[in-house]
Amino acid sequence: MDISLRQVEYRYQANSPFERLAIENVSIDIPSGTYLAIIGHTGSGKSTILQHLNAILKPTKGKVVIGEREVTNAKKQKNLKEIRKRVGIVFQFPEHQLFEETVEKDICFGPMNFGVTEEAAKRRAREAIRQVGLSEEILQKSPFDLSGGQMRRVAIAGVLAMEPDVIVLDEPTAGLDPRGRKEIMEMFYQLHKKRNLSTVLVTHSMEDASLYADQIVIMHRGQVYKKGTPQEIFHSPEGLLELGLDVPEVVRFQQKVEKAFQTKLGKTCLTIEELTGEIEKLFKGGQPL
Amino acid sequence: MNKPLVSIEHVHFKYEGQEEYALKDVSLQIYDGEWLAIVGHNGSGKSTLAKLLNGLQYPEKGRIQIGELELTEDTVWETRKLIGMVFQNPDNQFVGTTVQDDVAFGLENNGILREEMVERVENSLKQVQMEAFLQQEPHQLSGGQKQRVAIASVIALRPQIIVLDEATSMLDPRGREEVLNVIRELKEDHDMTVISITHDLEEAAKADRMIVLNRGQLYREGTPEEIFQLDEELVKLGLDIPFPVKISKMLREKGIPVSKSYLSEEALVAQLWTSHSGK
Repeated sequence: MDISLRQVEYRYQANSPFERLAIENVSIDIPSGTYLAIIGHTGSGKSTILQHLNAILKPTKGKVVIGEREVTNAKKQKNLKEIRKRVGIVFQFPEHQLFEETVEKDICFGPMNFGVTEEAAKRRAREAIRQVGLSEEILQKSPFDLSGGQMRRVAIAGVLAMEPDVIVLDEPTAGLDPRGRKEIMEMFYQLHKKRNLSTVLVTHSMEDASLYADQIVIMHRGQVYKKGTPQEIFHSPEGLLELGLDVPEVVRFQQKVEKAFQTKLGKTCLTIEELTGEIEKLFKGGQPL
Repeated sequence: MNKPLVSIEHVHFKYEGQEEYALKDVSLQIYDGEWLAIVGHNGSGKSTLAKLLNGLQYPEKGRIQIGELELTEDTVWETRKLIGMVFQNPDNQFVGTTVQDDVAFGLENNGILREEMVERVENSLKQVQMEAFLQQEPHQLSGGQKQRVAIASVIALRPQIIVLDEATSMLDPRGREEVLNVIRELKEDHDMTVISITHDLEEAAKADRMIVLNRGQLYREGTPEEIFQLDEELVKLGLDIPFPVKISKMLREKGIPVSKSYLSEEALVAQLWTSHSGK
């Protein structure tokens, strides 16, 4: 399912003394199957964009096209359920939203809410729990007896069980240890490929954005500052650094090497393997300095 | 080495209703004026240790000595004056309706006289560069700013030790830098002892000393150089290796002369340059 934001503006508490402009003139295309990363500081408008992706917020100007539906300020919006079913959002610290007596009931809650039968929902729960790397035995446990990492996975399974076409992730690895972070990111990447999902990742981690995304959007003060492939974005990282944003460690290190050696490496490296390969060439290739 | 300021001796702890011990026979010393990083996988016992240090929980077996005092239910109000805590979620630790009220809250609880209170509120906010925000409400602040206010509330009480329990993990990169810089300055200016519980290995690499916890037990203790030499062993524990160490190793494997695993990118680049020009 394609999603497209066209010149979207959003003002919180519009027409009140507390009115605040959160985003303006934001145009982003997310064709079906894209892995898009949205990056920016706290307050740059990332979360506001995220809430437009399944019509939690309606733009105060411009429009959001989600599949066949158009969401604008003008129209009275009815039956947004279909959108919510097809665009699943994994919010930050999703484990805070667990509430049922058992893991199974918790996972089934979403699909049943959208009219799936109990039996079918249970089947989906079994599939979803395996997809997040947990065993079926856990289904009968209380979600509150699980470890933090397991709770996070159960919450994610709850979103997967709705079988969305688009999955939106808001800092999905916050608070996890390095292994947990890697496992969760790999899991979403596998799902993205296998299920042919569109994935939208909102993150502070330039590493994750550069490793997994096809497209990156950099937000700054409510506007799109830059968009492009990871290669395009990190080819000239100076602008990002000026905004006080990080660049991936690989890109940062490449810059330092280039500065010390007063030369440019053959390409913009995004992985540590590429970078060490280029440095090796520098040493063994006898390029002029 | 300085004298131990905190001594944790054979501490065992188990949460009610749990079968596994969250901490098993943990012994360690924390020295006056050091920056100690405690790392470990989720559920390794890091945060439990922080709770024990502040008397939010008590060991089932073993003892904790803080300064001259053994930490018990009788002494906890005394020992809490020595230790200030900054927790993970900036929204969970804002108690005042304005920045200055928030900092004053702890002082009021400790019966500090008003005149001194006003001075301490201003001073500690100055130290975290938040003095321009006295009258602001918490929702107007960024995550990094809120954590700096939390730090101001802690230092207003003049503790000897500050415990950061994943205090920067919910912040964006800029917020994280702000908070760590403030802590580094405070540590220099006031000889404070810093205990930082963290998943951020770049931060841990800058500590004086590191402790690795694994499944409730002390796995290893040493300088960051020593700890990061564990390499793949750390990955097996659910941790990772800082970027400069990783790239040092990969370059060495390619036959590029990198004599050791560097903890700083600058030092590694300098070595690369030296060995390249010396060819």
